[in-house]
Amino acid sequence: MLGILGKSISTGIVTTSYPAAPPDVSSHARGRPEIDWANWKDVRPAAAICPTGAISYQEANGQRLVQLDLARCVFCGLCAEVDKAIRMTNVCECAARRHEALIFIARYCLNDDGTHHRHLDGPTTPGASPLGNSPPAPAASLDSLGRQIEQRADQIFGRSLHIREVDAGSCNGCEVEIVGLNSPVYDVERFGIHFVASPRHADLLLVTGPVTRNMELALKKTYDATPDPRLVVAVGACGCSGGIFGVNYATRGAVDAVIPVDVYIPGCPPTPHALLHGILLAMGRLQRESGH
Amino acid sequence: MNLSHVSTDLRPVVEEITRRFQGRLESCVAPRANEVYFHARMDLVAGFCAHLYRKWNARLVTVFADDARAGDEVFHLYYVLALDAAHGFLSLRVPVSPEAPEFPSLANAFAGINWQEREVQDLFGLKLVGHPNPRRCTLHDDWPEVYPLRKDFDLKTVLPPFQGERHKFRKVEGEGVFQVPVGPVHAGIIEPGHFLFSVAGEPVLYLQLRLFYVHKGTEKRFESLPLPHCVRLAESISGDSSFAHATAFCHAVERAAGVQAPARARVLRSVCLELERLYNHIADIGAICTDVAFVTANMHAMRLKERILRVNEHLTGNRLLRGMACLGGVRFDWDASQLKALAELVTELRPEFDSLVAMIDGSSSTLDRLETTGVLKPEVARDLGVVGIAGRASGFDHDLRRDFPHAAYDQVKVKVPVYQVGDVKHRLQVRVDEVRESLSLIDQFAANLPEGPLRAEVGEVPADRVALGCVEGWRGEIFHWIRTAPGNRLARCKVKDPSLQNWPALSEAILGNIIPDFPVVNKSFNLSYSGTDR
Repeated sequence: MLGILGKSISTGIVTTSYPAAPPDVSSHARGRPEIDWANWKDVRPAAAICPTGAISYQEANGQRLVQLDLARCVFCGLCAEVDKAIRMTNVCECAARRHEALIFIARYCLNDDGTHHRHLDGPTTPGASPLGNSPPAPAASLDSLGRQIEQRADQIFGRSLHIREVDAGSCNGCEVEIVGLNSPVYDVERFGIHFVASPRHADLLLVTGPVTRNMELALKKTYDATPDPRLVVAVGACGCSGGIFGVNYATRGAVDAVIPVDVYIPGCPPTPHALLHGILLAMGRLQRESGH
Repeated sequence: MNLSHVSTDLRPVVEEITRRFQGRLESCVAPRANEVYFHARMDLVAGFCAHLYRKWNARLVTVFADDARAGDEVFHLYYVLALDAAHGFLSLRVPVSPEAPEFPSLANAFAGINWQEREVQDLFGLKLVGHPNPRRCTLHDDWPEVYPLRKDFDLKTVLPPFQGERHKFRKVEGEGVFQVPVGPVHAGIIEPGHFLFSVAGEPVLYLQLRLFYVHKGTEKRFESLPLPHCVRLAESISGDSSFAHATAFCHAVERAAGVQAPARARVLRSVCLELERLYNHIADIGAICTDVAFVTANMHAMRLKERILRVNEHLTGNRLLRGMACLGGVRFDWDASQLKALAELVTELRPEFDSLVAMIDGSSSTLDRLETTGVLKPEVARDLGVVGIAGRASGFDHDLRRDFPHAAYDQVKVKVPVYQVGDVKHRLQVRVDEVRESLSLIDQFAANLPEGPLRAEVGEVPADRVALGCVEGWRGEIFHWIRTAPGNRLARCKVKDPSLQNWPALSEAILGNIIPDFPVVNKSFNLSYSGTDR
C-alpha cells in the first residue's frame, strides 16, 4: 500500500494542460493537410492516390471544381508525397459542427493538357462565406473556449457531462484513443466529463462508425434511450463520412445517415487531443441550443 | 513435378503426400519455397487434412472460398494447413460446382474451423453438409438471401434496414436457471457483440456468442480498390493491430509479386510490430487490473501506453502506426533523433514496467481474483486451435515470429513464453514476458539497423497469382490470402484474424465462473470484434 502511494507521489502529475496550452504533438505527426489553393496546378495525382476520396474533382464548361473533404481524410499524407501544393501539418484539432464545414471547394480554369490554372475562387465551404487557408478552430481560441466551456458546463450540467460511447461499426482504432481520454494524461474528469455505462444516464453519445447494417437498429435504440437534451458526436473518418468502407451492402456509412449529429471529429483515428477538442465544441453547442 | 525450389524442410512432407495420395492429386504447384498448393477433388478433403494432422502434426489454420466461376467455371475451396516444424504451408484446393453448391463439413474433426465454414456458407451460398451447427454466422439470421462474396453480387447493393431475428438462441432450462443477455452495446468503451449467459445461481452454465455486429463487407471492399489503397483498408481491419494487418497484407502482395522488402525496411517493420505489441500488452495488463478493481495499476499502465503512442507518432506520424506500411517496404525512415527517442522509450519503459508488474504481484487481492479464474485447459485449447496469447497460456508452443520468420525476425532469437495453466493470471503472465522480450528485440533491431533503401518497387502484379502473407500480431497469428486480378487489383482477399479462431474458447473458459468475473476473463483474451466480423 505504501509502495503504491510512493509510486503515485514519485510519478507526480502527468496530466496535459490542454486546452489551456496547445497540444503537445510531435513535429512528425500527420494532422490536417494544408493546400496552397492559389498555386495548385493539378489535382489529379492527389485525387488518384487518396484512398478514401477525400480529394476529388468535377469538370464542366472548361472549369474544374476541386474538393477536399476533411471528414473523409485519414491523414495518410500520400497526397502530400505526390503534390508539392499539399503539406501535412501536425494540427489535430479539426472538429466542426457541420459536415459542410469540413468540405473545402475551389474553382479553377481547366487547361487542355488536363492541368488547371488561374485560381477563380475558394476554398469555400458549402453555404458558408469564403475562408482562408486554415479553416477550423484555430488553437489560440481554445484556451478561452476551454474556459468558457467549463463555465457553461458548470451552469448546465452542474459540472458534469455524461458520455455514452457507442461503437456502431468501427475497427476499434477510435476506441483505442477514446479509452485514452480516461488516462491520467488526458483525464477528462477534470472537465466534469464521465463515461457512463447506460445511454439513459448520458448527455452525449460518442459514436464511431461506419454504421453497419447490423448495428443500425442498436444505434437508433441507444439514441432513443438517451434523454433530451442530448448531443451526438461522430468520431473518426468512418463516423464522419463512412471512411474507407463507404456505403455498401453491410454498412450505412456515416453516423448522420442514421441519427442527427451535432459535432464531427475527423481523424483516423482522432487523437485524444482531437477528441477533447470535439467534445468541448459539442458542449458549447448544447449551451447555445438550449437557449442560454 | 519439380520440387527443387520447395524448402528442404517442407520437401519430405510434399513427397510423402504425393506418394500417399498418388492418383488422387490432380496437380501440385509451389509458387514459393514454403507455400505449396495441391489441387484435387472434393472427396479428398477429409482424408487429406486428417492425414496431415496425424502424420505431420499440421494445423488447419483457415478455410475459405473463392469465386472462380469466371475462369474455371467453379468455386474453389481452400484448406490451408500450417506445418510449424517444417516452417511451411500446404494448401488443398478443391472445386465446388455451381450446379451442386455444397461441401462437406470438417468441423466435427477440426472444431477450430466451425465458424469459418459457416462464413463460406453465408458469404458464398455454398451449403454445408454434416456441420454440427450449420446456422448463420457472419450474416445475422434474418438477412435476405444474398451471397456477398459471389462475383455477381455488387458491393454497393443497398439492402433494406435489418428486421427480424438475429439469432435463435438455444434454450437452457432447469430449476433456478435463468438467462442474462448482454449487448450489443456494452457498458465499457468496447466493441459491440451479444453475449447470452445461462446461469444457475452465480456460476455460468453456458455462454452463447452472437457476433458479427460490425461486419463491414471488408473482404468484398478489397476487391474494389487498387492494390496500394488496399494497404490502408488492411490498417482498418482491427485498429489495435493496424500495422500487423497492413504488414500481413503487404507480405501477401510482395510474395505474389516475387519481391522482397529491403533489409532496412524489414527491420523497421519488426520494430513497429513490437511497438504495437508493447502498447497493447501494457494496456491489457492495466485493463485486467481495472476489471478486478485495481485501478491504480491501470492508471500507470495507461500512462505508459500513452508514452508509447507518442513515440509511435514521432516515428511514423500516427499514434497507431498507420500510414507507415506500404507495398515493398515502409514509407518513413527514422533519423538519429527519432532513433534516440526510440532508445529512450525502451530505457524508460524497463524500470517503469518492472515497477508496474511488482505492484500487481504485490497485491494479493488482485492475484486472488486472477488465479484459477477463466481456465482454458490445454486439451480444449488444442481442440479449438487456439492461437496467440491465449494459446501460449494454455500450452500451445507456437509463435510465427519463430516458426515462420517474417520481416526481420530471422535475425533474432524470439523467446516464446508457454504455460500450461491457462487461467487469467497466465494470460497476463504471457503478456508480461512478451513485453520484456519486445523491449529486448527492439534493442537488438535498433543496434543492427542496416543502411539502404526503404522500399522495393512492386510494380503491377500480374493477374491470377495467389499468395499467403502472415504476421504474428500481438494477439496472435494473422493471415492474408490473396488472388490477384487484372489491372493491379484483387480478385479475392481472405483475412484471418486470430480473434476468429479464439472466440469459441472464451465460451469454454467462462464455464463454471461467475458473471462478475466475465469482464476480466474476456479482457484476458481481448479479442477483436472488428477483426472477427470484418
